[in-house]
Amino acid sequence: MDLDYSPDERAFREQVRAFVGANLPPALSAKVHGGKRLTRDDYLSWHRILARQGWVAPGWPKEHGGPGWTAVQQQIFDDECAAAGAPRILPFGVRMVAPVIMRFGNAAQKAHFLPRILSGEDWWCQGYSEPGAGSDLASLKMRAERKGDHYVVNGQKTWNTLGQYADWIFVLARTATEGRPQEGISFLLVDMKTPGITVRPIRMLDGEHEINEVWFEDVKVPLANLVGEENKGWTCAKFLLGHERTGIAGVGPCKRELKHLKEFARTERASGRPLIEDARFRDRIAQVEIELMALEVTNLRVLSAEGEKRAPGPEASILKIRGTEIQQTLSELKMQALGAYGIPYVPEALDGGWDGDPVGEDYAAPVTGHYFNMRKTSIYGGSNEIQKNIIAQMILGL
Amino acid sequence: MDFSLAEERRLLQDTVVRFIAKEYTFESRRARSRLPEGFSRETWKQIAELGLLGVAIPEGDGGLGGDAIDTMVVMEAFGRGLVLEPYLSTVVLGAGTIVEAGSTEQKAAWIPAIVGGEKILAFAHGEAASRYDTRHVETKAVKQGNGWKLDGAKAVVLDAPGADALIVSARTAGATGEARGISLFIVDAKAKGVAMRAYATQDGARGAEVKLDGVTLGPDALLGREGEALPVIERALDRANAALCAEALGIMDALNEATLEYLKTRKQFGRAIGSFQALQHRMVDMTIRAVEARSMAIVAASGANHADARERQRMVSAAKALVGQAGRFVGQQAIQLHGGIGVTDELVVSHWFKRLTIINATYGDADYHLARFSDLLLAQ
Repeated sequence: MDLDYSPDERAFREQVRAFVGANLPPALSAKVHGGKRLTRDDYLSWHRILARQGWVAPGWPKEHGGPGWTAVQQQIFDDECAAAGAPRILPFGVRMVAPVIMRFGNAAQKAHFLPRILSGEDWWCQGYSEPGAGSDLASLKMRAERKGDHYVVNGQKTWNTLGQYADWIFVLARTATEGRPQEGISFLLVDMKTPGITVRPIRMLDGEHEINEVWFEDVKVPLANLVGEENKGWTCAKFLLGHERTGIAGVGPCKRELKHLKEFARTERASGRPLIEDARFRDRIAQVEIELMALEVTNLRVLSAEGEKRAPGPEASILKIRGTEIQQTLSELKMQALGAYGIPYVPEALDGGWDGDPVGEDYAAPVTGHYFNMRKTSIYGGSNEIQKNIIAQMILGL
Repeated sequence: MDFSLAEERRLLQDTVVRFIAKEYTFESRRARSRLPEGFSRETWKQIAELGLLGVAIPEGDGGLGGDAIDTMVVMEAFGRGLVLEPYLSTVVLGAGTIVEAGSTEQKAAWIPAIVGGEKILAFAHGEAASRYDTRHVETKAVKQGNGWKLDGAKAVVLDAPGADALIVSARTAGATGEARGISLFIVDAKAKGVAMRAYATQDGARGAEVKLDGVTLGPDALLGREGEALPVIERALDRANAALCAEALGIMDALNEATLEYLKTRKQFGRAIGSFQALQHRMVDMTIRAVEARSMAIVAASGANHADARERQRMVSAAKALVGQAGRFVGQQAIQLHGGIGVTDELVVSHWFKRLTIINATYGDADYHLARFSDLLLAQ
């Protein structure tokens, strides 16, 4: 029983910290710390920097270009990147479609798509949810009809993150209607430039453009873009749900948010005194810090217990529930710290290049919108209610 | 003990509920929010014509002679409608303060104009370093001739951009955190030296940072007695918080109604999601919170005019604390139960949630009021 990182792990942390410190552009880090809008280029530039170092896909096997890190090393890497204000590497390419292609794809698909995902040349987005298929994803209706050497795909996907920037989309589509819904789903790779695809922005409650509807009207998808067997796409989806390990808890970003929260509390004034001197508010910070500590260690225990090859069990659901709750609490406390300055809405201040006078402190502009935006975390990725069902069934046998 | 509404109040409620249902659809609310001022002058006139601006103003001053309970009836309906027009600032805070502390001349100059929908007021008390502390006033009014010179800055002044005048608190004596020495002034929004940095608010309304740079005030600008404004300010803010509790209540009931409907109609896994016990219990929890919030809104409205300042503060803080907590829960869970569509701008649910969030940040959040109640407890 040893809570300390090993000397090797500590050396690894130093190595990561040094690299990130030397290679993450300060302007980009300032944007991330400042909660500013990130452009397509912002995401891609960091992706390329990591890709050149061979670090953009920490979870990939070495044969496909992964660095061969342990799960704990991957967590250390995530933590250091978050602490430094690096934009997150979006999961859709590197952590979602790539593992599916590795596990279920054919040689041609691996040879073609994996290097382009690694380099950042192809930006991937996800086409899962539909208006009628949220928690009940298997009830999806997007239809893929086989016609000669291609599928003709019709339907609508929703809750598509950053599809407006994407080059490719992986979709679950129905190729058969007999039998159980899960038995008629196929996993398709689709070029976003294919005629018949329309991306329509969905404005979120924070006023920003993060998610989209993606409409498919007679979209032709080559048979060669089917991953695995026809009607066996649900297996790919289930594999994906179990595959993502280190990202779920979000410990690294939470630590960054906690640090910001403390800065706010030291800067905001109540009756002319720093807010952090208010024991009641400070207790709230203390409480969430304690919970974050528990999350961090739980996360490490889950990672350490499992070998490289095994997907995480339902313990991942615990990490998802607590990780999102703590993220939400942190976002709420940051807003609360602003007091009345959580009220103004100054969207122009969210642009990286904006140099106007702030309303309140210079960190205030994105804070309330961020609180609003974070309400999504207990809903997406399998809602927290679904996660509790998983724990109830799979861990507790209820 | 009587929780029923008198006939007159039921008529008032009927009037305002029907007005909101007909004139304040969600889409029309969105359109008003997009207007440069963030509200509609035409709607303000309609509200005036319905007599709503004078409900809690004494008859002798040109109102209908009602009280905080009537304000509660209006605000509850306004909450559901997400009304943007500056009722709280102009009527509850502005007119209410002038009625209480104003001279005969000031009342004559302002009250009929406010009740008639011709003048808009904003209440400029909070400052960047105060965080809800009513005594923390750094803005100064220094004697100049037979008037004053006003210097300072006011933070997040709601409805300031559209206001004709601001009611501004400033120190004519005493150190920053002292109870004595604060005075109130009626300041022309266009006076030389008044500068506003206007902005939208997160809930679609408007506010401003107000800088006061050597603003010259004549002797008739003083509202109430010099140096003795704090009790007036605190009474005004308690009235405002009681009104906000009622507004929040209206929102919570609307959210619960919408969420219940969604639970009954949204199907996943072949059944209405409202058939899942976990969600049923959540909906019950939300319902209970709204029931308690109604009770506390009544406490606040009853307490807002209490003769004993401590008891008044106790009742209003209890209400604002509980309603803040309840509003947070109902708002968050309404979004959660709506799933992905709950976080879209298109659906009204997120707008109700955002307004509840802003209400909680206004004139003291739940924690501030819990602390005030707790401090009063210690002094018992």
